[in-house]
Amino acid sequence: MSLFDLRLQDVHSKLNNKELTVSDLVDASYRRIAETDETIKAFLTLNEENARRQADNLDKQLQEGGERGLLFGLPAGVKDNIVTEGLLTTCASQFLSNYNPIYDATTVSKLKSAQSVTIGKLNMDEFAMGGSNENSSYYPTRNPWNPEYVPGGSSGGSAASVAAGQVYFSLGSDTGGSIRQPAAYCGIVGLKPTYGLVSRFGLVAFASSLDQIGPLTKNVEDSAYVLQAIAGYDEKDSTSANVNIPDYTSALTGDVKGLRIGVPREYLGEGIDPKVKEAVMQALKTFESMGATWEEVSLPHTEYAIATYYLLASSEASSNLARFDGVRYGVRADNPDNLIDLYRKSRSQGFGPEVKRRIMLGTYALSSGYYDAYYLKAQKVRTLIKQDFDNVFNQYDIIIGPTAPTTAFKIGEQVGDPLTMYLNDICTIPVSLAGIPAISVPCGTADGMPIGLQIIGKAFDESTVLRAAHAFEQQTEFHKLRPQLG
Amino acid sequence: MSEATQYETVVGLEVHVELHTNSKIFCGCSTAFGAPANTHTCPVCLGHPGVLPVLNKQAVEYAMKAAMALNCEIADISKFDRKNYFYPDSPKAYQISQFDQPIGENGWIDIEVNGETKRIGITRLHLEEDAGKLTHVDGGYASLVDFNRVGTPLVEIVSEPDIRTPEEAKAYLEKLKAIMLYCEVSDVKMEEGSLRCDANISLRPYGQEKFGTRAELKNMNSFRGVQRGLEYEQIRQAEILNDGGVVIQETRRWDDTQGKTFSMRGKEESHDYRYFPDPDLVRLNISQEWKDRVRASIPELPDARKARYTSDYGLPSYDAEVITSSKKLADFFEESLNYTKDAKAVSNWIMGDLLGYLNANSLELSEVKITGQGLGEMIGLLEKGTISSKIAKTVFKSMLESGKLPQQIVEEQGLVQISDEGALVAVVDQIIQANPQSVEDFKAGKDKAIGFLVGQIMKETKGKANPALVNKLLLERLKA
Amino acid sequence: MSITIKDVEHVANLARLELSNEEKEQFTGQLNAILKYAEKLDGLDTDNVEPTSHVLPITNVMREDITRESLPIEKVLLNAPDEEDGQIKVPAVLE
Repeated sequence: MSLFDLRLQDVHSKLNNKELTVSDLVDASYRRIAETDETIKAFLTLNEENARRQADNLDKQLQEGGERGLLFGLPAGVKDNIVTEGLLTTCASQFLSNYNPIYDATTVSKLKSAQSVTIGKLNMDEFAMGGSNENSSYYPTRNPWNPEYVPGGSSGGSAASVAAGQVYFSLGSDTGGSIRQPAAYCGIVGLKPTYGLVSRFGLVAFASSLDQIGPLTKNVEDSAYVLQAIAGYDEKDSTSANVNIPDYTSALTGDVKGLRIGVPREYLGEGIDPKVKEAVMQALKTFESMGATWEEVSLPHTEYAIATYYLLASSEASSNLARFDGVRYGVRADNPDNLIDLYRKSRSQGFGPEVKRRIMLGTYALSSGYYDAYYLKAQKVRTLIKQDFDNVFNQYDIIIGPTAPTTAFKIGEQVGDPLTMYLNDICTIPVSLAGIPAISVPCGTADGMPIGLQIIGKAFDESTVLRAAHAFEQQTEFHKLRPQLG
Repeated sequence: MSEATQYETVVGLEVHVELHTNSKIFCGCSTAFGAPANTHTCPVCLGHPGVLPVLNKQAVEYAMKAAMALNCEIADISKFDRKNYFYPDSPKAYQISQFDQPIGENGWIDIEVNGETKRIGITRLHLEEDAGKLTHVDGGYASLVDFNRVGTPLVEIVSEPDIRTPEEAKAYLEKLKAIMLYCEVSDVKMEEGSLRCDANISLRPYGQEKFGTRAELKNMNSFRGVQRGLEYEQIRQAEILNDGGVVIQETRRWDDTQGKTFSMRGKEESHDYRYFPDPDLVRLNISQEWKDRVRASIPELPDARKARYTSDYGLPSYDAEVITSSKKLADFFEESLNYTKDAKAVSNWIMGDLLGYLNANSLELSEVKITGQGLGEMIGLLEKGTISSKIAKTVFKSMLESGKLPQQIVEEQGLVQISDEGALVAVVDQIIQANPQSVEDFKAGKDKAIGFLVGQIMKETKGKANPALVNKLLLERLKA
Repeated sequence: MSITIKDVEHVANLARLELSNEEKEQFTGQLNAILKYAEKLDGLDTDNVEPTSHVLPITNVMREDITRESLPIEKVLLNAPDEEDGQIKVPAVLE
């Protein structure tokens, strides 16, 4: 068993009892990376020198005693669209291949306060655009369960790294499913918090009204701990919610008696892999056995969610990515004829095809004459989609469905067909549009590849989502399955 | 000029005014002018990846204050939008501005031109961020970018096309400047670029309702420049129309040294700014209480002061207009009145000697040292007869330069008027003795001769003799 | 409505992207497919629906007008592709 399969409290008590040092943990992390990352390719940049120095400092602190951070000594991976001062942050884009950040994201500052150790920066789809990690401009990350398969995306490196036992936990970002879907594909736990619960300051913006940072972990308890460390109001983020943060771990009671579950028929209809559906139905039986009840419900505007999402997210992205112009940072094209040529060449050389495609779509949707037909229309449909959830949550505590309609697909299988790729997100995108929390937990396998169960909650009700996910985990063994690697 | 007179000129102005907050509109960097390049910047105003804006409350309140002073209706709900365009002085490649829900709408101000009052409509006032500054180097082949100014809060004030002459445009700008200064939302220094103006101008035959095709004028760096640019454009467009041509809708750059406008056609593209609500900022709900609180902070504005000066102090309308056109001048006027009751005398000194001196030397009131107290006390000394009006001119000049109070100047320079009969008699007798011819002339009925004698006495006393007393003593002796 | 290569060129210009002929054709096809898919939204009656810009009902988020220390110039210029005299250098704006 890997050190990283220990429960957080067990790691901390071993540290207390001097059975283990932080340096041991950091060593284990880099050793595992050395063993597996040639295959998995989860990391873009390693932070080894700093991490080892930090481990030494934490070990000193351990000897001296005193107050310790919530995530003390835990090796962490950070998705490469979360800004880390002095540590290369590329968003898996050629444009930012040389970008050395001059500040820390709020979540990174919070990890520092919680005293986890940042091991390195994790691969992703370029600027978080994609669901397979094939859009990384460096190399695709591979699924630890089968290197021929995608790990999902866009937080594919974050999911694969945890699944491969390279780090204790990681941070990812979710705009339309980018934490939950790779967590499902890699057989781990991924939580997208309520929009506004975790600060976006220092998260390189893809779609500002949808982006959220969240934890990827091996189990629900770890998810609760990491969320505890990163959640909370940030005066640097105007869209951050000024709400009280509950003690998430105390919500993990194992008790779901009387919990009312809604199961949207739209998530189990056409296009869903029968094996995924079967796993979800089994999971519902598990919940029933624990005293919860479930009923089929309808989220009638689900079929409009993907179109809505691609219009809104691409429009916002076209504006958010305009700052990558080659003037102040990033890779500037050589010998431009003039300023406009500098912009065009730097951007065209720096961005990959999916990024260009979304910038094109978003620019078109916002351009004069089309705003009302596309952007404004999509904002209105977003209201309807949000109302769908409000209606269900009037009668139910949580919503359960699959995280993705299928398990991971083979690398290269869906390249060149953006629309089909977009349809993989049918179960995660509506939740993002509604801004509500959802977690993906392992609920089985199909042909050796993991299946994810999605548990969706009311805004700021992460406690109930975590409680339900934890109770399910207690009754099942899926989260203990590990890929055979190296 | 005759060519322009067949047409009616229609002008609308877009004015940008920098608000003088301490920090920038969306980050904590200082807005102070004149720092070394790029030393007032941070990841937020440099547009680094991942940063987010947080709105400066003071900027919102200054914008509300300015909008209220321009008689605008203040929005109940306002929001910020992104205006997307690429330019090296715009770090995010979009400007955070306000598109369809500005802070203020439907306002007006009254201007006075040739003694007549005219109302100019204000379409809207909105809040936005300023851009950086470009300096051209390498013979024009390269530019350097200084981002210090990026994020300075601006209000854009758009007028209705109610302006009909270049003089009205200048009067509008002067009034706008005065109002901004009164509200203390901006220091309105054109030389530092804290007020900038673009103008839309078109011509139409008198009586025609439909507007002609307009040109947009840019790069006018002074009020005078705006007036000259519009005057030039009036003639240019009239000539085109008279030749049966059509005015092209375009942006034209005013060249102040050549005194001409030049087409910028082909140098900028058709704009499609793709405005959309900024998802990084939340809505402003402007409650009635908030509006009331801001409104209560607006001081008495120029129009109200002018009315008070004419009714309470009996100043001529023109004088009241001039004095209230600048808050500093009006404050100076009112400070003087704490030291003398003679408002008309204060007004006369301001209109004559003070403004005369400032204009002749191209100075601002803040650049001379005289205080309202000084002027008021000097008028007091005149009333008491301590100094003569001739001496007063000397004292006034000295106050402009030294800022000392008149009593001190009078004492230091020994300028007290000689009103002591005993002291003057000797001088009078001496002058009579020294000028027998003039005495003869006077006695022969040439009244003018007395003027010469008075002049000699004043000369002898270095102007300090009380003129009335000198006259009395002279006449007593000559008629004796 | 359908997007032409000309539209794609116009949009690429607005977005400051330089596309190869191959990319132009590819994007024309793909954007048409995506926008055709998006046409399904037209079927929804949204006349009386308010648009959602923010999912949270947060308003009036503001900070006090207090200055904070700016960056040292070395950090400002750390990532600059080209600089001179403490400023970022770019080719001249076309005049």
